[in-house]
Amino acid sequence: MDTKTFIIVAVIKIALVVFIMLTGVAYTTWLERKLVGRIQNRWGPTRVGPFGLLQPLADGIKFILKEDMIPDNVHKGLFILSPMLALTMSLISIAVIPFGETITVAGYTTALQISGVTHADGLISDINIGLLIILGVTSVGVYGVALAGWSSNSKYSLLGSLRASAQMISYELALGLSLVGILLLSGTLSLRGIVESQSGTWIGFVPRWYIFPQIIGFFIYLLAAFAETNRIPFDLPEAETELVAGYHTEYSSMKFAMFFMAEYVNMFTVACLASLLFFGGWHGPTFSFLPPIAQALLPVLWFALKVFFFIFLYIWIRGTLPRFRYDQLMAFGWKFLLPLAIANIIVTSLIVAWGA
Amino acid sequence: MVPLSWYLVLSAILFSLGVFGFLLKRNIITIFMSIELMLNAVNLSFVAFANFWHSHPAKLASGVDVVPLSGHVFVFFVMVVAAAEAAVGLAIIIAVFRTRETLNVDQVNLLKL
Amino acid sequence: MVHQVLFIVFGLICVAGAVNLLVQRHPINSALSLVVVMASLALIYLLLGAEFVAAIQVIVYAGAIMVLFVFVIMLLNAGSEERTRGSRIALFVGVPGVAALAGIVAWLLVHSGGQLGGVTISSSNFGETHNVARLLFRDFLLPFEVTSVLILIAIMGAVVLGRREN
Repeated sequence: MDTKTFIIVAVIKIALVVFIMLTGVAYTTWLERKLVGRIQNRWGPTRVGPFGLLQPLADGIKFILKEDMIPDNVHKGLFILSPMLALTMSLISIAVIPFGETITVAGYTTALQISGVTHADGLISDINIGLLIILGVTSVGVYGVALAGWSSNSKYSLLGSLRASAQMISYELALGLSLVGILLLSGTLSLRGIVESQSGTWIGFVPRWYIFPQIIGFFIYLLAAFAETNRIPFDLPEAETELVAGYHTEYSSMKFAMFFMAEYVNMFTVACLASLLFFGGWHGPTFSFLPPIAQALLPVLWFALKVFFFIFLYIWIRGTLPRFRYDQLMAFGWKFLLPLAIANIIVTSLIVAWGA
Repeated sequence: MVPLSWYLVLSAILFSLGVFGFLLKRNIITIFMSIELMLNAVNLSFVAFANFWHSHPAKLASGVDVVPLSGHVFVFFVMVVAAAEAAVGLAIIIAVFRTRETLNVDQVNLLKL
Repeated sequence: MVHQVLFIVFGLICVAGAVNLLVQRHPINSALSLVVVMASLALIYLLLGAEFVAAIQVIVYAGAIMVLFVFVIMLLNAGSEERTRGSRIALFVGVPGVAALAGIVAWLLVHSGGQLGGVTISSSNFGETHNVARLLFRDFLLPFEVTSVLILIAIMGAVVLGRREN
């Protein structure tokens, strides 16, 4: 397709994906409050709309209308920049995540991925280094947290942000190394390529998903991702009972909402990555009697179900487990997860080399 | 098509700005960052030449082919060395700061406090 | 044409970040300008087809080394640097001198640039990860292992030097 069509299609895809993702993030907050409430034997939001479904809307209006305070002695530029940096970095990783194969609307065929390009012969090309881009964006996301606490000019914020950033950079190592096992098995860094190498079945009915050979890698990835997104059981830096509110103590209204959204978008990215890398992405039963547009969207439904499962897991663990103490947290990351990830790489590479 | 000399000029500008910062600034951490800027300028030269040798294959005087991707491998090594140097250098800065309470290099000019 | 426009845009961002690093007085602003320089350099590496190096530049340099710098600046919290008298004279003589030197070098490079040739955004898989990895783990295996020892030494050195005397 020519340049103008390409740009229009890309803009439509970006707008649609960002809208769906932000709505999903808003309703993830609703789901969390409902589920955690039920786990704790109470109702959760029920007043605003049926089953409290308009609660995120009410929260959004509250955030917009609240007074936006900037305390006196803060470093103004960084104070305003940090939440925007955190949210921007979270949103960038959605650009490389593939949701399905291709979709053909009104004669235009396009890949179901913001950074995917469909060629004339039906091949889809992806970014060669998609996984590295997500790791890079996670690395730069540490700045949002570190600068937020420092610029707030307050003891609690500085301490919370130092703890949070030290935790994030420690668990980044285990996160990256746990994915090397998958790279050894699939041979490519492109996310679409990794999903495509998981097609087919063993013994006819067991799908070739990487959860089966890489079960240890999966658990390391899940634990490291929980620590990266600062969720329970690793959320000491932002625990309400410990450090007032950690690095977002001094933030109010829209800037706090941006940190909040950034955390949930990170959760969403982790869930998408886990389902792409370990659970076969959009692979699932397909039915050939459906019309083409439904056939293109059915894989997206399977992908959405897998992502929903991981978000449910996040919320379930939040309602159930207590949190780690900080020294336990750091010891766990450095002394247990990192050697286990390296051992996983060694065993995987020995098996791959032996089988080749 | 961008001439190779443009990339080399950008690398030279960054390198001279790094030398500038190294000689003129008084804060030890800013001096350190100027060193990192110089290393980045050199990395840019390596990558630019790697691309150049890929599109203009050549042989060395001894008859051996020039390997274009060795530019990328060198950048990898430069980054590793820069990381190691930054870690040790910042640890030294913290150790010096603990005793002298200043980051100004003009005031760290005696071996004894 | 697109290549030239993109190079000029990213190059200007790069130089602006580097100049900002020198002009700012508080080290945290200098550190963040250096992050901007590294990010724009990563984009220029993508223009040169070096995708793996661009990814590593963001992950290692901008995402780990500069975080270390920002941590140290936050921990030490020493504040802005003061203006000293001696450096002003060097400023008035040095800046035109360096600018003249850089100008002469730039003019020479650009005018004899025709003899050098150009770089292109090619569609070949030139800087792909497996090509770089093949080189790194076969021809350059010994330097790779030596750098791992170097990192081990750096870790030990940083731990020993950063410890408090008790």
